[in-house]
Amino acid sequence: MTDGMTLWTVIIGLGVGSFLLRFTFLGFVGDRPLPDWLLRHLRYTAVAILPALAAPLVVYSGENGSVDIARVVAALATLGVGIWTRNVFAAIGAGAVTLIILIYAI
Amino acid sequence: MPITTTKSAFWAGVRDGAPFVFVAGPFALLFGVLATEAGLNVFEVMTFSLVVIAGAAQFTALQVMQNEAPTVVVILSALAVNLRVAMYSAALTPYLGRAPLWQRVFAAYLLVDQSYALSHAKFDAEPELTVPQRMAYYFGTCLPVLIFWFGLSYLGAALGTQLPQDIPLDFALPIAFLSMVAPMVRTLPHLIAAVVAVIVGLLAVSVPYSLGLIIAGAAGMMAGAQAELMLKGRAP
Repeated sequence: MTDGMTLWTVIIGLGVGSFLLRFTFLGFVGDRPLPDWLLRHLRYTAVAILPALAAPLVVYSGENGSVDIARVVAALATLGVGIWTRNVFAAIGAGAVTLIILIYAI
Repeated sequence: MPITTTKSAFWAGVRDGAPFVFVAGPFALLFGVLATEAGLNVFEVMTFSLVVIAGAAQFTALQVMQNEAPTVVVILSALAVNLRVAMYSAALTPYLGRAPLWQRVFAAYLLVDQSYALSHAKFDAEPELTVPQRMAYYFGTCLPVLIFWFGLSYLGAALGTQLPQDIPLDFALPIAFLSMVAPMVRTLPHLIAAVVAVIVGLLAVSVPYSLGLIIAGAAGMMAGAQAELMLKGRAP
C-alpha cells in the first residue's frame, strides 16, 4: 500500500505530534487557563473527524463507489446500537453481525 | 480503602485501571490485524503502537494512508482525531503540574482516555492526595492498559495474515470508527458537529490530497462550537 519511507515518516511524525499534544499543557503551559473558544472547538474534534472519515467509506462502499446496501445497513446498526447502549462493543457486535448476515442473505 | 502511601496509590490505580483492558485490548488486536492486512510487518506494527498509543489516531492513519493521501495529510488527520488528549493534558495540569519534569514527560507519553478519565475523577474526589500519590495513582491506571495494548497489538499482527479470507475486513475500520463515535454523541451540539462533518465529508470526498477530511472535520468542529454557544445563549 505504501512504501517504507512514507510509513516511517507517518509513525515518527504521529509519535512526535501525539507526544507534543499530550505534553503541551502538562509541560509548558502549567496552570494558566485556556481560552474558552479553543476549549469549545477542541470538544468537538473527535466527534467531527471520525464520522467524516467513516461517511464516505460507508456511502461509497460498493463496486466503483456505488452504494452497498449491506454495508450501509451495518453502519446504521453500529451507530444505532452505539447511541442506544453507549457501549462500544455492543455497537461493534451489532455492525459485524448485521454485515455478515446481510452478505450471506443477499 | 483510603490511600495512605505512594505505593498504595499505585496499586489503587492498577485496580481501577484493570477493567479497561477490555476496552483497549480488542482495539489493539484489531489494529494489529488490519495493519498487517495493509502490509505492515510485525516490527512496524509494534513500533506504531509503542510510539503513538492512540487507537482512533492509529486507525485513522491506516485508513488515510490506504486512500493514497500525502504524508502530511495522513499525519494531520490522525493528529486531529487525537486533539482530545491536549484537552486531557490541560485538565490534569492543575493536579500534576508541580511534579518533576521527568515524571511529567512519562505522564504525557502515557496520557490516554482511560488514564485521564480515572485520574481526573480520583483527583477531583480526593483533593487531599499529595502530588507524588497522584502521580503514583496515574501510572498505576496506565499499567494494565499498556500491557494489553502492546500484547494484543502483537497478537493481532501475528494472527493478521492467517485469518480466513472471506471475513469482510474491509469494513472493520468504518465499524470501529462508528462504534467509537456513537457513545461520544452526548449532547445536541455533538450531534450537530457529527452531522455537519458527515455532510461536508461526503460533498468534499473528491477534494484532492484527502483534504476533504480536514475541511469536514473543521466544519464539524465549528458547527458544534457555534451550536453550543447558541444553546447556552438561550438557556436561563
